[in-house]
Amino acid sequence: MTTTETTTPVAPDGTTRKDVAQYGLAGFLLVVGIVVLIDAAGLSDGFADQPVQPYAFPYVVGAVLVLLSGLLAVATWRGDVPEEDDGEDVDLTQGSDWATVIKLGLVLVIVIATIDFLGWAIVGAFLFAASARVLGSRTLILDVGIGTALSLLTWYGFYSGLGIPIPAGVLDGVL
Amino acid sequence: MDLLLEGFATALTPENLMYAVIGVLLGTAVGVLPGIGPAMTVALLLPVTFSVPPTSGLILFAGIYYGGMYGGSTTSILLNTPGESSSVVTALEGNKMAKSGRAAQALATAAVGSFVAGTIGTLLIVLLAPNIADVVVKLGAPSYFAIMALALFTVTAVLGSSKIRGFIALFIGLAIGLVGTTTGQQRMTFGSPQLADGIDVVVVAVAVFAIGEALWVAAHLRSKPLDVIPVGQPWMSRDDWGRSWKPWLRGTAFGFPFGALPAGGAEVPTFLSYITERRLTKHPEEFGKGAIEGVAGPEAANNASAAGTLVPLLAIGLPTTATAAVILVAMQNYGLQPGPQFMDAQPKLVWGLLASLFIANTLLLVLNLPLAPVWAKLLQIRRPYLYAGILFFASLGAYSVNFQAFDLALLLGIGMLGLAMRRFAIPVLPLIVGVILGPRLEEQLTQALSISQGDVSTLWSEPVAVVVYIVMAILLVGSVVMSRRTTPPAPTRTEDASMDVNA
Repeated sequence: MTTTETTTPVAPDGTTRKDVAQYGLAGFLLVVGIVVLIDAAGLSDGFADQPVQPYAFPYVVGAVLVLLSGLLAVATWRGDVPEEDDGEDVDLTQGSDWATVIKLGLVLVIVIATIDFLGWAIVGAFLFAASARVLGSRTLILDVGIGTALSLLTWYGFYSGLGIPIPAGVLDGVL
Repeated sequence: MDLLLEGFATALTPENLMYAVIGVLLGTAVGVLPGIGPAMTVALLLPVTFSVPPTSGLILFAGIYYGGMYGGSTTSILLNTPGESSSVVTALEGNKMAKSGRAAQALATAAVGSFVAGTIGTLLIVLLAPNIADVVVKLGAPSYFAIMALALFTVTAVLGSSKIRGFIALFIGLAIGLVGTTTGQQRMTFGSPQLADGIDVVVVAVAVFAIGEALWVAAHLRSKPLDVIPVGQPWMSRDDWGRSWKPWLRGTAFGFPFGALPAGGAEVPTFLSYITERRLTKHPEEFGKGAIEGVAGPEAANNASAAGTLVPLLAIGLPTTATAAVILVAMQNYGLQPGPQFMDAQPKLVWGLLASLFIANTLLLVLNLPLAPVWAKLLQIRRPYLYAGILFFASLGAYSVNFQAFDLALLLGIGMLGLAMRRFAIPVLPLIVGVILGPRLEEQLTQALSISQGDVSTLWSEPVAVVVYIVMAILLVGSVVMSRRTTPPAPTRTEDASMDVNA
C-alpha cells in the first residue's frame, strides 16, 4: 500500500499549513480499528466446514484501519491537506458554519426521540419545518404547512400506494 | 433478438411505460437539482421495492440513472458549478457557450449526444452482456474472488486522487459490512439485537449520500444563489450538427469501454474525449471560449460510460459507480442476485430492463428538449426547502426499512461520518462498494477454500484469476509511477478531486 500524497501543502498565502482536524480522523480510524480487533479477538473458532475463520476478515480489516490511521497521521504531519468537497450550493470561501450543522443534528435527535410515540405524520412535519427554519427560511406558517402536507402525503402514499403501513403513533385511529 | 423483442413487449405495457416516464423525469429533475443526484434518489426510493414488481422497479431506477446523467449536464452548462464530477468537463466549454448566448445549442448537443451515446451504449450492452455472462458462468469461486478484489481495488485506488483516502473509505465500508451474524457468530454487534442482522445497506447509502451531503451543504450554504443563465428551446443549426456528430461518436467510443471495465467511472473518458476534440477541431480558436465539440464529445462519453457500467452489473454483479451500487441493493431487496446466471434465470426481467433503456433514452430526448426551460427554473428552488426536503425523505427512507427509531439513529451517526468524509475529502464510492462487496468477498473466499479443503493455492489455480491478479499488479505499479510523475505540479483540476458522489 504505497501512499504518495499529491495534495499541495501550500496554503493560499504561500505558507505551509497543517490540517490539525485530520488528526481527529486518524484518531477515529484508530479507535474503529482497535474496536474491530478487540471484537475479533472475542470470536471463537468457526465450524469444521468454515475454512475461513469468522475472525479472519475482522483481523485484516482492523489491522489495516490501524495502519491507515498511522499513515494518515504521518501524511497530515507532513502537510497533507484535503481537497474539500465542492458542489453547486457549496461556497468553501466563507468558512464553515458548524452551528447550523449542530442545530440540524439536534432536530434529528428530537425526531429519533419522539418518532415512536408521535408517529411519522407529526415528526415528519416537524423535521421539515424545523430544518427549513435552521437553514434560513423565515416563513414559519408556510414551512409548517408544507411539512404537514409532505408528511401526510407520504404517510398515505406509503399506506395506500405502496401498501407499507408506517406506524401512526399517537395519531393511530385518526389517520 | 427475439428475446429483445419480448423485452420490448414487457417494457411497453402501460404500467412499465409509466414507470419509465416517471423515472426519466425524476432522474432529470434530481440531476438538475443541486445537492441531490441519481444515487441518492434511487437510495431514497428503495422502499418501492417492497410493493412495486421487480421489472417495474428496475425500469424506474434505470430511468433515474439515465435521466440523472442528462440532468447533470444541464446544471453544469447553466450554472458552471458541476455537482457531478462526470460533468466537470462539460462545464468547461458548455458554460462558456451559455455565457455567449449559445445555451440552447449547448443543451441541444448535450441532449442529442446523450441520446446517440446512450442508444449505442445500450445496443452494446445487449450484444455484450449475455456473452460475458456465458464466459463468467464457467468461472469458479477463485476467479470471482479475484474479480471482486480487482473491482474493490480499482474503485479504491485507481479512481480518485488520493490512494490513502480511497483505502480509508474502503476499510470503513468493510468494517460496516462486518456487522452481523452471517458467520454464525455475532460480529461487531455489541450485543444489540438490532445489529444482529447487520446494518442495512439502504441506511448506509441514504446516510452517506443524503444526510452527509445535506449537512455538508448546510455548513457551507452560499449566501447568494448562483446566477442561472436563462434558456429557451434548445436547437442547433446545420453547422452545429456538422460539428457535433463526430465528437458524439468518438465520445461514445471513449465512454463505453471505461464504463464496462471494473475500473468504471466517467471522469477519465470525459477528459480524454475533451482533449481529443481539442486536438482534432477545425476551430481551435473557440476552445476555452465555448466550442460545441467540447460539449458534444464529453457528454456522449459521460452517457456511454453510464451505459457501460451496466455490463459488469448485469453480467458479473459488480457495481462500479455509486448509482449502480444502489441499483444492486435494489436487486438484492428483490431477492435477485445479478451475475452470470441472472440473464438465464430472469430473461423476462433482464430483457425488459434492457428494452426499457432504449425507451428511456428516447423519452429523455423527446421530453427534455421542450422541457429545458422548466429544468432551468428548477435551479431556483429555495435552498432551505431543498435541503429540508432531502433530510425529510432521507429519514423517511431509512425509517421505512424497519420502522425503528434505531435506524434513524444509525442514519444520523453514519450521516455524521458522511459529513466528515466530505470535510476530509474521503471518497464515498469505495465505502458503499465495500459495504456491499465485503460480505460477498468473504463468501466467495469461504466457498473457494471449502472446495479446495483449505488449500490456499486454489486462489490462483484458475487462469482468469491469475490474469486478474496480474492486471491488479500492473495497475498498482502504473498508478504509483503516475502519481510519482505528477507529484511536482500538484493537480489543480477539479476532476482530480474526491470521487463522484452523485454518479
